Amino acid sequence: MARIIVVTSGKGGVGKTTTSAAIAMGLAKRGHKTAVIDFDVGLRNLDLIMGCERRVVYDFVNVINGEANLNQALIRDKNCNQLYILPASQTRDKDALTLEGVGRVLEELSKDFKYIVCDSPAGIEKGANLAMYYADDAFVVTNPEVSSVRDSDRMLGILASKSRRAELRMDPIKEFLLLTRYDPSRVESGEMLSLEDVQEILSLHLLGIIPESKSVLNASNAGIPVILDEKSDAGQAYADVVARYLGEKRPHRFVENKKGFLRKLFGGK
Amino acid sequence: MSLLDYFRSSKSKTASVAKERLQILVAHERYYRNKPSYLPQLQEELMQVIRKYVEVDQDAISVKFEQDDNQETLELNIVLPDAQHTRNAATEAGNAL
Repeated sequence: MARIIVVTSGKGGVGKTTTSAAIAMGLAKRGHKTAVIDFDVGLRNLDLIMGCERRVVYDFVNVINGEANLNQALIRDKNCNQLYILPASQTRDKDALTLEGVGRVLEELSKDFKYIVCDSPAGIEKGANLAMYYADDAFVVTNPEVSSVRDSDRMLGILASKSRRAELRMDPIKEFLLLTRYDPSRVESGEMLSLEDVQEILSLHLLGIIPESKSVLNASNAGIPVILDEKSDAGQAYADVVARYLGEKRPHRFVENKKGFLRKLFGGK
Repeated sequence: MSLLDYFRSSKSKTASVAKERLQILVAHERYYRNKPSYLPQLQEELMQVIRKYVEVDQDAISVKFEQDDNQETLELNIVLPDAQHTRNAATEAGNAL
């Protein structure tokens, strides 16, 4: 049986797809056979972030409609043979995904995969609801910013009431916080919500802090999940996230400002 | 915080403003979460019915919804004004009929 992870946030642009790509790659690199699914029908982008956009032949909707089988649609990652990508369809038909169809695909994947990562679209509409419905674990991606924190809280309410686990009165979805685009220097100068501030409101199990980092844009430019950039701060932060999710104890990094004493003194950027 | 910032900063820290605003907003939104969406309308209609007989203020009625593991309770609380008022309103209502 696979473990189904949804990467969600409510708000757009906070780093869901970056996170989905990174953790799926991280899990696969550690030897766990992993599938990552793009639920953003009509606005497919995971394929670009994973660098497989030119290898898309069939997609998620084709599989649901029986126009292709799973093996035809799954794209094997070029960097890791334990990782497969199921791209979203570019159709504009909003009803292309169905609860039953998604359930069928996840069940079939579960037979063969250890982890299934569902990259949720932004918003709280159908695509987002379907992405989280079957989840066992939720990675709530949040920026230290008012609208993102509010939307995350809203999403937590939905996870707790509208999921399969909630409807069947099973154990609830396990919720984890990923605080992304964190800038310790701005936190220090009082212009950004701190980890403690965010936790006071959301109080979730913290999987990791991903620092604001140039490496994220560089990685998406190249179509290589940022976790493969092992020298970068964001890459290391995601590697920590995966390790913690798998049960390792690792101290949290990137919480404090690491600027040198003189630059700190004179406020250099 | 840098030395320069220290001399520069007389303005309040925006992060603490953000946190305060969020705490209030989130508490409010959580209260209404998972409650039936008909509550405001129910309150409005109850108000209309009660006003046919008694003159009450808008905030004299509170509708509370609570949920336990095995039961849902709808608690209705109406604060009636003093007797004088009530009788007048009732008479008026009677006359209207």
